[in-house]
Amino acid sequence: MPDEILVVKDLKTWFPIKAGLLQKTVGHVRAVDGVDLEVKKGETFGLVGESGSGKTTLGKSVLRLIKPTAGQVFFDGIEVTKASKRELMQLRRRMQIIFQDPYASLDPRETVGSTLAEPMRIHKLVSSKAEAMKRAKELLLRVGLNEEHLFRFPHEFSGGQRQRIAVARALAVDPDFIILDEPTSFLDVSVQAQVLDLLRQLQKELGLTYVFISHNLSVVQYMSERVGVMYLGKLVEDAERDILYKYPEHPYSYFLMEAIPVPDPEYKKVPKLLSGDVPSPVNIPPGCRFHPRCPYATDKCRSGDIPFYRGSGGTFHRVACHYNVDFDSGSEALRPPVN
Amino acid sequence: MTVQTTVSDTRESETKARIAELKYAIYLTRQNPLVLAGSILVIFFVFIGLTATLLVSPDTASQLVFTQSYCWPSSIFSWTALAAVCPAGTFLPLGTDGFGRSVLDMIVLAIPLDLSIAFVIVAIATAFGLVVGSIAGWIGGKFDELILRITDIFLAFPGLVLALVFAALFGRTIQTLTIAVLLVWWPTYVRLARGQVLVEKEKTYVEALKALGVHPSRIVLFHVIPNSIYPIIVQMSLDIGGVILTFSALMFLGFSPSPVLPELGNLASDGIGHVFTAPWLIVFPGLTILVIALAFNLVGDGIRDILDPRLRR
Amino acid sequence: MAAKGEALLETRDLTVNFHTYRGEVKALDHVQISLYPHEVLALVGESGCGKSVTALTILGLLPGNAHVLEGQVLYKGEDMLKKNAEQMREIRAEGIAAIFQDPMTFLNPVLTVGVQLREAFLVQKHLWTARTRDKSATGVEDAQIKGFLLEKETEKESSQRESAREREKVAEELSKDILKLVRIGDPGRILTQYPHELSGGMRQRCMIAMALARRPSIIVADEITTALDVTVQAQILTLLKELRDTIDASSILITHDLSIVAETADRIAVMYAGHVVEVASTIELFRNPLHPYTQLLLKCIPDVRKPVTHLESISGSVPDLIDPPTGCRFHPRCPFAMEVCRTTKPVLKDIGNGHLVHCHLF
Repeated sequence: MPDEILVVKDLKTWFPIKAGLLQKTVGHVRAVDGVDLEVKKGETFGLVGESGSGKTTLGKSVLRLIKPTAGQVFFDGIEVTKASKRELMQLRRRMQIIFQDPYASLDPRETVGSTLAEPMRIHKLVSSKAEAMKRAKELLLRVGLNEEHLFRFPHEFSGGQRQRIAVARALAVDPDFIILDEPTSFLDVSVQAQVLDLLRQLQKELGLTYVFISHNLSVVQYMSERVGVMYLGKLVEDAERDILYKYPEHPYSYFLMEAIPVPDPEYKKVPKLLSGDVPSPVNIPPGCRFHPRCPYATDKCRSGDIPFYRGSGGTFHRVACHYNVDFDSGSEALRPPVN
Repeated sequence: MTVQTTVSDTRESETKARIAELKYAIYLTRQNPLVLAGSILVIFFVFIGLTATLLVSPDTASQLVFTQSYCWPSSIFSWTALAAVCPAGTFLPLGTDGFGRSVLDMIVLAIPLDLSIAFVIVAIATAFGLVVGSIAGWIGGKFDELILRITDIFLAFPGLVLALVFAALFGRTIQTLTIAVLLVWWPTYVRLARGQVLVEKEKTYVEALKALGVHPSRIVLFHVIPNSIYPIIVQMSLDIGGVILTFSALMFLGFSPSPVLPELGNLASDGIGHVFTAPWLIVFPGLTILVIALAFNLVGDGIRDILDPRLRR
Repeated sequence: MAAKGEALLETRDLTVNFHTYRGEVKALDHVQISLYPHEVLALVGESGCGKSVTALTILGLLPGNAHVLEGQVLYKGEDMLKKNAEQMREIRAEGIAAIFQDPMTFLNPVLTVGVQLREAFLVQKHLWTARTRDKSATGVEDAQIKGFLLEKETEKESSQRESAREREKVAEELSKDILKLVRIGDPGRILTQYPHELSGGMRQRCMIAMALARRPSIIVADEITTALDVTVQAQILTLLKELRDTIDASSILITHDLSIVAETADRIAVMYAGHVVEVASTIELFRNPLHPYTQLLLKCIPDVRKPVTHLESISGSVPDLIDPPTGCRFHPRCPFAMEVCRTTKPVLKDIGNGHLVHCHLF
């Protein structure tokens, strides 16, 4: 399909665990363990999950910042996972990332101006220092800062301002696609909206495609058209935003939505709490990864691979669960097998 | 939205920022009087080092006047009963050495020699250490292991012994002695640089640079190394004093290329045999070494505070 | 739910400055907070508003460059600001406990949880004896439903425990009990783990356990859920509410997240730039926010139930506290600012029903 700008096929990223005197590989942290997804041009795909879900690793693997262990990533037809050095350089221009921690993602010794100018010069988008500075100034104005900031150092700025600088830096190379890795989790609520609105505005103006990674479900809801839920390295559900938030079908998605705090003290809700803690991706349970914590699990869930079933929310709704659970009553019905 | 930017606009902002930085540097120096004292002393010694040959003619080192050896101008205070008194009409404020040369003159001549040797050794050790250490830290793996083992071997030897062996093997000229001391010094810098690079390369901004397509060599040269340099700068300033001490020790132990060489350790070693008859011969050169080491030490502490933008405000 | 009466802890006119290179940071300006028994008070505000500084002042943990210019912190009738370091340490050991944001930095990485928890017990002069009401049940349920009765030993009982070894044994047992109280299912095993071997939620629970070991009457929780996943966050907040009932400890919950406060807190104090701008019961604050900042802040929060097309933000930015705005510090960003707001500082006024506002509009 020509619409898809990003296609991920069975992506796996494993990290070896070395132990012992000779540092032998005794196991693997299976951070991303077989993920398929597609993102259309111009849309925002939200990726949610908790710690250990692999969402950040997935984002970085797509960019090949972390080398995937298996699987393929296609960006606009080009195979990222097998790209040559030259192709990779071009891809680095078109695919960008904004990191979570604005206090760490800028070189503390470089002024804002030189931080913005460097990628421009590397990708030969400008021909002189003066031109680079001019473009840097335009970028700063675009993200709501001003000219005198060009010569300041990162430590002189607040978190929100630093994120804007990071956005300006990503824009400096004229990208088509940006991975946003928890861009507002370190920011205050009142500033969060400013940064998010800036991102939405830029998306409209420049036709950008976003993958928005976050554990803050309210923010993801605000930004995304489609949302995918990750658990322990795999996608468990993926649907259009409204469908997922109103009618989640995977038990994990359901508990996730239930846990979102509602800013209304009079909203009486019996908390459906998930027991236990988020497990680590070192010892992955067999069968459905969620089964140890799932109150609806049966023997069928404890072994074998769980395929994606069709959810009831339309063509794009996929659920990796054998059962169709009615969460209010607690009854469950086996789904018809996929052909 | 196109905005006009003239070169002078940006230059004005740039100057404003630079002035602000300078103001802060001055503020910091004022805050810490010890650093200020150290800086003044360093400037003083460097000045002497540069102008020594103008103040004292180099020939005085070879003008041996045995008639006034080991004497002290008695004027106010006499060190011991055994000290000889200098002849009248001579200007010898710090006494004379075994060759009858003014100790003050010799110290002045020794300063440029000692300082330049110290600077050379520290500079070469740092440069080498930075290059090798950074590559080892960045690449990791087998190369890193190899470098670590090699530095381990060198560090296992007591410094002086290593220098002695080298000097014994290759003779005693200033050059060989410099190399001998250098051999003792380089592993520390490799280790320091490697350690800093290891820390920096995990930081998010390095990842961001990779994501932008910046080549690793550029990342290491222009981003990682500049951010790693602060402990190295402090180490450099501390080492100036240390190198002078080691070098002087070598002279002291008898590895001096020539007995008349004006070098602080050399002068002191001459004095050892005459502790009771001419104690000033050890005291003054020794004090000079002490003050030089102290001065650089104090400055080293201050330099880091001033230069590191991360520790600001 | 206005359990009033005597305030457990009260700050009056608390004014704190920090001395820095660029000048005096006027971090707190006449801050007035009252904590009553049996309640969860939320201290809400964004970065730089002074909520953490208030907590540190209460705990006596201000850094060296801070000066308290005026004000009092009254606990049990005494002004804590007048106490020396040793007295404050005792208070922290036995009356007021603190839990901070990142358990990984606040737990000692080279000691097991068991050792650290025992230490929390052993620093106290008298140990506790745990009298559980129902000795037969051993599950987690027992600890939170039936309630733990931890009673302090009398002088006599304490002196009977001669050897240090005996004290340690008791401390170990108590450690297990307290881990059950924070809903940790397998306390024996957790006691032998190191902090890095536990997940974020577990670590946070261990920190809470360590705080509870002192059987405090006040718990100061500074941003304890910021680093946690949303499902774990929900568990921890439920735990805090339970503790209010089972151990009868009041908490000061410091956070910037108004949505978690809606579920957990009984009363809320909103801070901005070193001022307390509004105090009210939770329901009252959400139903009827009076201060313009509170109103704007509430609009910034996305509500999952009703997806919005436009998130509000507050124009302008948090003021520089070295040179704060004159009069009301919020006036430059306030849509209702009047001339008087620029010249005079408002007073925290009681509108009725315990609802206090710091604004000239009232």
